[in-house]
Amino acid sequence: MKVIYTDSLVIGGGLAGLRVAIASMQRGYDTIVLSLIPAKRSHSAAAQGGMQASLGACIKGDGDDEDIHFADTVKGSDWGCDQEVARAFVNTSPKAIRQLAAWGVPWTRVRAGDQDVVINNEKVTITEKLESHGLISARDFGGTKKWRTCFTADGAGHTMLYAMDNKAIQMGIPVHERKEALALIHDDGVCYGAIVRDLITGDLIAYIAKATTIATGGYGRLYSVTTNAVISEGIGNAIALQTGIASLGNMEAVQFHPTGIVPVAILMTEGCRGDGGLLLDKDGYRFMPDYEPAKKELASRDVVSRRMTEHMRKGKGIPSRYGDHLWLDIRLLGRKHIEKNLREVKEICEYFLGIDPVEELIPVRPTQHYSMGGIRTKPTGESPALKGLFSAGEAACWDMHGFNRLGGNSVAETVVAGMIVGEYVADYCAANPLNISTTTIEHFMKQEEKKITDLLMKEFGENPFELKAAMQKVMMDKVGIFRNGPDLEQAVEELKVLNQRAKNIALRNRISSSNPELVEAIRVPMMIKLAQCVAYGAFLRTESRGAHAREDYPERNDKDWLKRTLTTWKDESADLPELSYEELDVMKMEMPPGSRGYGVDNIVHHPDTKKRTSQIETIREANPGADRFEISEILNPITIPEKFKGKNERIGRGFK
Amino acid sequence: MSDYERILKFHIFRYNPQKKGDKPRMVTYEITEAPGMTVFIALNEIREQQDPSIQFDFVCRAGICGSCAMVINGQPTLACRTLTSKYESGEIKLLPLPGFELIGDLSVNTGKFMRAMSERVESWIHDTNADMVDYNKLEERMDPDVADKIYELERCVECGCCVSACATKRMRPDFLSAVGFMRLARFALDPRDKRTDEEFYEIMGDDDGVFGCMTLLGCEDYCPKDLPHQTQIAYLRRKMVLVK
Ligand SMILES: Cc1cc2nc3c(=O)[nH]c(=O)nc-3n(C[C@H](O)[C@H](O)[C@H](O)COP(=O)(O)OP(=O)(O)OC[C@H]3O[C@@H](n4cnc5c(N)ncnc54)[C@H](O)[C@@H]3O)c2cc1C
Ligand code: SF4
Ligand code: SF4
Ligand code: FES
Repeated sequence: MKVIYTDSLVIGGGLAGLRVAIASMQRGYDTIVLSLIPAKRSHSAAAQGGMQASLGACIKGDGDDEDIHFADTVKGSDWGCDQEVARAFVNTSPKAIRQLAAWGVPWTRVRAGDQDVVINNEKVTITEKLESHGLISARDFGGTKKWRTCFTADGAGHTMLYAMDNKAIQMGIPVHERKEALALIHDDGVCYGAIVRDLITGDLIAYIAKATTIATGGYGRLYSVTTNAVISEGIGNAIALQTGIASLGNMEAVQFHPTGIVPVAILMTEGCRGDGGLLLDKDGYRFMPDYEPAKKELASRDVVSRRMTEHMRKGKGIPSRYGDHLWLDIRLLGRKHIEKNLREVKEICEYFLGIDPVEELIPVRPTQHYSMGGIRTKPTGESPALKGLFSAGEAACWDMHGFNRLGGNSVAETVVAGMIVGEYVADYCAANPLNISTTTIEHFMKQEEKKITDLLMKEFGENPFELKAAMQKVMMDKVGIFRNGPDLEQAVEELKVLNQRAKNIALRNRISSSNPELVEAIRVPMMIKLAQCVAYGAFLRTESRGAHAREDYPERNDKDWLKRTLTTWKDESADLPELSYEELDVMKMEMPPGSRGYGVDNIVHHPDTKKRTSQIETIREANPGADRFEISEILNPITIPEKFKGKNERIGRGFK
Repeated sequence: MSDYERILKFHIFRYNPQKKGDKPRMVTYEITEAPGMTVFIALNEIREQQDPSIQFDFVCRAGICGSCAMVINGQPTLACRTLTSKYESGEIKLLPLPGFELIGDLSVNTGKFMRAMSERVESWIHDTNADMVDYNKLEERMDPDVADKIYELERCVECGCCVSACATKRMRPDFLSAVGFMRLARFALDPRDKRTDEEFYEIMGDDDGVFGCMTLLGCEDYCPKDLPHQTQIAYLRRKMVLVK
């Protein structure tokens, strides 16, 4: 039995995983990162738009601060987020971006003087201040009050991931590539690492660690039409679920991005609309102002996606052999801007659509994009149920996004969570000696060995590729942008059948080393279980919140549903996961539930909302001299490592 | 997009070094072309419907991550963004990228090569203060044009096309190659990196470095990100000549 020991095992080499690894290495702990692929190819590289941090250096970001970022994030989440975590996040994001600047990200900088930009379909000139020249700039993104999304042309994720991986290489952090974690090793409620398969040799290896962090990204590939990478299959979530102990949070919260291209579903960044691009229908008509007069194309993502779908349902879409779509129009931005700040967009249009977006319209439709749900953690990043298991990034439900995440808040989360959770991982390594018996390791090793041998022995059975396609179709058709009881019920039933069929997978290519069909055969049953968590959670949540939109329950029901879904799968042979709910405490909210300001206000209020609102007023009145930091400290005290407690400086404002 | 259907013939290099007794060979697969079909779509269809054992690497399938470089009808390029309609004859020959360790079929270990490259050129900001920076304070300013220029050189996706297209690399196994030069040029341009020309010389001032380059520019011809290899190699050379 091959066994590798370390202190801090990080599963996932994207932004979140690498940042956790850097933190534990900096604190002196032996660290290993596992990844399916070379770290720099992780899906974080695909983020084009940028990262939200309230630096307030560009003129359109003037006056921005943590409080405004916080309000945008909480509103964006439709009050589904954990406000303690959101607060810790907004306070740390400026530090994260500045640290990345020191580590080499060539953030696009403010250029003093007149700049031509497009706002609401008009060319306008804005004048950047001389004193901001050379500081990190920002662009507009959906659902934000200020221009807050910091960017590197349209390669933000790429440059962030390269800087992060370069830092990890500088520190000598080993990244074990082409390795797949298949099961967590745990005993008596404590996690001790993972059983890992080498994707080249097929060998199984036990990685034993004090702390194990899952940073495996999202589960977009549960859907047939997604912007996500082909490896975003949610296996990290699945292995946590498989423990029967750790829970997954809000799995039904799945975001659709307004602009995936048709048919290949590659993302056109929100930067297109942030920089002034428009959405048009089959008559060339700009329809978003009719639905959302205030924010128009830059309403929150979930809102724009639903409005687009509504508009297409009215027959206003452009028919194509792949179904209806709408147009994204960035022609008005001009060649110079597109070739500089939206170049990846241009390349994608040229290569995949054969069009020049400077002169032609881009066919788009809402496309699965982001997984708000994931491994439920405490603000420290640790699972409340399984000790020593941590999670960060898109794989986690740390829960700063609630039911809808804002553009630019995700890469920001990966780095900020990496910093914060990384410190707690190091604390955990310091406080806990490694104490695990070989029998436990052997038990998990044998279990995985058996699964694989069984697959290799079986002569006839189901085809994993077909099962996966069937699952993806169910999810797309019945657990998509708009949801309703009957469809969801059917989805739940159909997935149950697929779950049964997945127990009977057989291979055509029966070898144990490098074998893509075996990889699929191992993953598909786990993916189907995750899909069941999403569908069942969506079926039971009889309200609409953020990206979860029920046609049969259009109101946001704070009275009954201001709570987080927790999913576990205790009995492996069961047909369905077990769901329970974790109440969000209104009396602890810094920002009590209110309206997001889209469409008609359709809320069933929570009885505590009024109480908390007046309590907050009283607190404010009782502390007339308190500044915004002190007020926030009273209303929403947060857990955060000491080193991140400092105030952030801003140009023209100092540390206020 | 043409509406008529045609049959594509994929001639694919097959060899699995993990499998005892396996021998390199070319195998032909036929599939029906679909509108907008890319080599990514075609290969997956072949894998799902005809031969589940065939190995290849895709991650982003959007020309962003650099995973999928292979030799398509003689030219190294990113398979995910290559439309099959480009090939009029309907015959498409796929070979793994040469110059890298073969994992199996079309899959090569570019990751290992690129990590070694990064270690060799020390692909990070050299500044003893970088870790001491007080991130609560305003960040150090940077000329907006300089930031833009650095990004231009940082657009490399480590796909390896330049390496496979380089004649010098074929003769000198330790040749740093264009991807390494591009990375060095990127850091040499960056005011945050405090390395001196002498220090850069240590890394690339020999025949396995920039003096070994024959400037035949296979790298520039095949770089899918259109990086300015010619100008950057010339720039590094001028810089290095001045050191001695
Ligand atoms: C096209 C696109 C554009 C986006 N643009 C933006 C944007 O502009 N702004 C923004 O804020 N957000 C954006 N996002 C979202 C954001 O990019 C992601 O949420 C974020 O990068 C996820 O980072 P991560 O570190 O959590 O995971 P990832 O970067 O996805 O990394 C996951 C890692 O886990 C590894 N892994 C997975 N499973 C296993 C396993 N079983 N064993 C071992 N290793 C495993 C993988 O190899 C990989 O290294 C975008 C997303 C997409 C799809
Ligand atoms: S110019 Fe020629 S020899 Fe030099 S790196 Fe490029 S391909 Fe290789
Ligand atoms: S320089 Fe160009 S060809 Fe070479 S690895 Fe980078 S992107 Fe690929
Ligand atoms: S799969 Fe990412 S570049 Fe081709």
